[in-house]
Amino acid sequence: MWRRSASFILDRSSNSPPMADTTQTPFQNPDAISAYYQTRAAHHGVITSDWLAQAQAAVEQPDSSVSDLGAERSFNVIDEFNGWRKQPDLAEAVAAIRAMAAVIRASEATTMMELEIELKKASDTLKSWDKTSISLTAGCDLFIRYVTRTSALEYEDFNSAKSRLLERAEKFGEISCKARKIIAMLSQDFIFDGCTVLVHGLSRVVLEVLKTAAQNNKLFRVLCTEGRPDGTGVLLSNELSKLDIPVKLLLDSAVAYSMDEVDMVFVGADGVVESGGIINMMGTYQIALVAHSMNKPVYVAAESYKFARLYPLDQKDMAPALRPIEFGVKIPAKVEVERSARDYTPPQYLTLLFTDLGVLSPSVVSDELIQLYL
Amino acid sequence: MDPRRGPLAVPKVRRVGFFTSIEPSPETPRPNRSLSGPAEAITSSSPLSDSPSGQFISPVQIPPSRHHSDNLASRAAPVPVPGPSAFRRQLANDRTLHVGSYNPVDSLLGTSPPSSNGEVSEDSGSLFGFQRSDSAKLSASFPNGGFDMTVAVRAPGESEAKVATASTSDGRKKNVEASGESESVATKPRKEKETRSLKEKTSKAERRAIQEAQRAAKAAAKGEGSKRAGESSRPKPSKPAKQPQPKKEAPQVTSSVSEKRAVSVEKERRMDVPQTQMQYDDKSRVDKAKRRSVVEQTESKNKVELFLHLPQYERGNQLPNLSSNIFTLDTIHHAVYKVGLQHLAGDIAGDNARCIAMLHAFQEAINDYTTPPMKDLTMDLTAKINGYVSFLIECRPLSMSMGNAIRFLKNQIRKLPVDLSEPEAKASLCSEIGRFIDEKILLADKVIVQHAVTKIRDGEVLLTYGFSCVVEMILLYAHEIGRKFRVVIVDSRPNLEGQKLLRRLVTRGLDCTYTHINAVSYIMGEVTRVFLGASSIFSNGTLYSKVGTACVAMVANAFSVPVIVCCEAYKFHERVLLDSICSNELGDPDAIANVPLRNNKKHSKTMDNNKNLQFLNLMYDSTPAEYISMIVTDYGMIPPTSIPVIVREYRREDLLL
Repeated sequence: MWRRSASFILDRSSNSPPMADTTQTPFQNPDAISAYYQTRAAHHGVITSDWLAQAQAAVEQPDSSVSDLGAERSFNVIDEFNGWRKQPDLAEAVAAIRAMAAVIRASEATTMMELEIELKKASDTLKSWDKTSISLTAGCDLFIRYVTRTSALEYEDFNSAKSRLLERAEKFGEISCKARKIIAMLSQDFIFDGCTVLVHGLSRVVLEVLKTAAQNNKLFRVLCTEGRPDGTGVLLSNELSKLDIPVKLLLDSAVAYSMDEVDMVFVGADGVVESGGIINMMGTYQIALVAHSMNKPVYVAAESYKFARLYPLDQKDMAPALRPIEFGVKIPAKVEVERSARDYTPPQYLTLLFTDLGVLSPSVVSDELIQLYL
Repeated sequence: MDPRRGPLAVPKVRRVGFFTSIEPSPETPRPNRSLSGPAEAITSSSPLSDSPSGQFISPVQIPPSRHHSDNLASRAAPVPVPGPSAFRRQLANDRTLHVGSYNPVDSLLGTSPPSSNGEVSEDSGSLFGFQRSDSAKLSASFPNGGFDMTVAVRAPGESEAKVATASTSDGRKKNVEASGESESVATKPRKEKETRSLKEKTSKAERRAIQEAQRAAKAAAKGEGSKRAGESSRPKPSKPAKQPQPKKEAPQVTSSVSEKRAVSVEKERRMDVPQTQMQYDDKSRVDKAKRRSVVEQTESKNKVELFLHLPQYERGNQLPNLSSNIFTLDTIHHAVYKVGLQHLAGDIAGDNARCIAMLHAFQEAINDYTTPPMKDLTMDLTAKINGYVSFLIECRPLSMSMGNAIRFLKNQIRKLPVDLSEPEAKASLCSEIGRFIDEKILLADKVIVQHAVTKIRDGEVLLTYGFSCVVEMILLYAHEIGRKFRVVIVDSRPNLEGQKLLRRLVTRGLDCTYTHINAVSYIMGEVTRVFLGASSIFSNGTLYSKVGTACVAMVANAFSVPVIVCCEAYKFHERVLLDSICSNELGDPDAIANVPLRNNKKHSKTMDNNKNLQFLNLMYDSTPAEYISMIVTDYGMIPPTSIPVIVREYRREDLLL
């Protein structure tokens, strides 16, 4: 079975209660720029630990309210999705997975085929809502594959089949939610005492990894790239300093300069593609190149719902995700600005992928995808 | 020491795997035999054999005269005397639970009867394969090392033995399927030689003794034989049990008996072992194959040393011969015959076309097939197909994809329900073949085109090498749906297949550039994608394709141009390929020698019969996986590292057992 999650790693340790929280500012999706990165930016604004602590204090039950809501009125995936998405600690794909589960729950279909079509439609809507988000697309696809690829479809009784689907959907959501914890538990073993970790971008998984490592009394140092234009590194260093982890901020261009004191590079991923390479925030590729040339390991922390059936051959092979870039000074009209938000890192520059399926070498990604999709 | 070692360093590495009888000199087979000696010593990890000198020069250290008696004594004597490495081996043998009374040095010198060498090496074959070939390197050059004594002792027996082996090797079959090559290739010839040299060596009295003992042992063997038959699937454990006893009493005599037994066990086992490709430098087997062959072929005089293991025949003279006795041959169905002739004449080129033609011929043959009375359809038809296949191989070596298709067909035959009537069975087989052609080849091509087209953007320059029908389909389809791109066709002599592609593309209005492979490094600078066809892709991601492909892929890699390989999944092979030498096909050497549009008469006269000149026309080469960016198959776009997944997950149901 594909979904052999490495969640056993969690059973060995008592994990903290899952973080849930309330809604925050409403959200719009401007056409020109990538909604995915907008969401990220919005989340970055709030994903500070004290804010989370507050939110946790006022925790409520979003599950029941949302599903009730969905069952009553005419159901809209996007609304549902947005409802889930507003939770800063919930990844977009997980929100999508939750929303899709709600689709099944709210469905009034009477045949399996109808339900499948409904699901397909919902996933298409979600996917078209933001085409630049790889994890959203991948999450929807994986959800459909995982949920519908079961013998449940052969049940004679539709209701039992449906409940079976729902069960699977919930399980998938569960696994996806736990993914970050699993990854953190798996990868903190790779952080050894006295090591220096270079981090690029503000990845919630990487933050979780570092946090878990710090909680396990590992002594290590973190170098944060600045992460222009969002200033992700500043945010991350802020978070890390709160955890008493020694942290140092670098300019994005100082990576090669400081690479020789680095023991490992840790990055997250927006998407993991079939070749085993990753698509991640702009700058990952060049960091990986530098690390590769200096023989430093590059570790990627990514949940398995980010595995996408894409195979970019080079940087321009993907639809670019654009975002606004502030230079602080006025740019003459004739000057062009590269606004792409992400790049593709080929697998030969990656050492290992930490996923909730386990610690994988890049070539395994394709194996997992083939097993799931074909 | 040094003068001795000097020749050892001679890198005869390549010969190891398939080298048995390139030249009829008596020394040649010896390497194969002696080599498992060191291997044995090493793996049994006897403390004495740990010293490197003990392993390597041991054959040189032992004076042959002493060997005769000493060694026998040493068998009886429980305490091995440290010193001559023969004793060390003896020790090692004792430790290895009497896997056989194997003493490599004995057999090397041909003095005392080598008991069950074949067995030992078979038992340990899978483990020792590599060590053995390593040490073969050393011992291969040993004859040249100036150790005259051994040569003198062995030479006569060896050469006779060699002649004799041709007749004794009936048990060995000509092989079609592959894997585990190195193992059996290395062991077989050695064992043969040993059995013969043993017979030459024994005196008359000894032989009589042997015969008597044989008679006595036969009765005993029968009892054991039935036992063995019971556990024939696992014959290994039974042997150590039976051998040590008789050996102690009269080693000379009984060991030959046990050896006979070993041969029969060997034969049994060979049935189970996956068969290897036929190695054409193995004289005896080639002779045998020739006797059975339908096509009369003359061996070419032009032989390139590294490629002696490949079938190599003069071209051109079989065709009239074959077509003349088309009516006399009734064993081969006419459709198969036709395909064979087409393959031979080169009328059908391209792996897919050849495979489809072959499958259609089989379909026809199955349609016309009637089970002879008192025979089973499954068995008889499989035998028939085997006959056809060996005929096709004689016409032209099979491509990997054809091998896969044949395996599929045989598997279908085997899986036929017993209660099916003959017409039903035939119909089901024919429809299965048709399904295979449709799904695995034609439909797969369409899917590949759909996938690959997504990687062609406007304004790209695509390079392709030679002619691949899938690549042609991709280019035409991309043009059809309105992509704007340019095509660079790289071609190479002598086949110039690229011209066919060029003609087809140009007539369809594509913008093409045609060049030869010599210019590939020049043209690569402007290329953005390389599309390549494939003959096969192996488990380790190695691409096996028309010769020159590796060159193109490597140049593209150097220019960091993505290399996309288009290959149907039925061409994937679960073997591992490391170089293009072990598995290849030799084309017509004259094709290289003759340059078109030039008067070659005078030229070729000087080139013919020139001992120092050999033409090598290789058909395939292998491209390592790291030069391939992506493989487009009917299962989607995958990295070369995922080939084993496809083979494991999707071929099990229709191809494998």
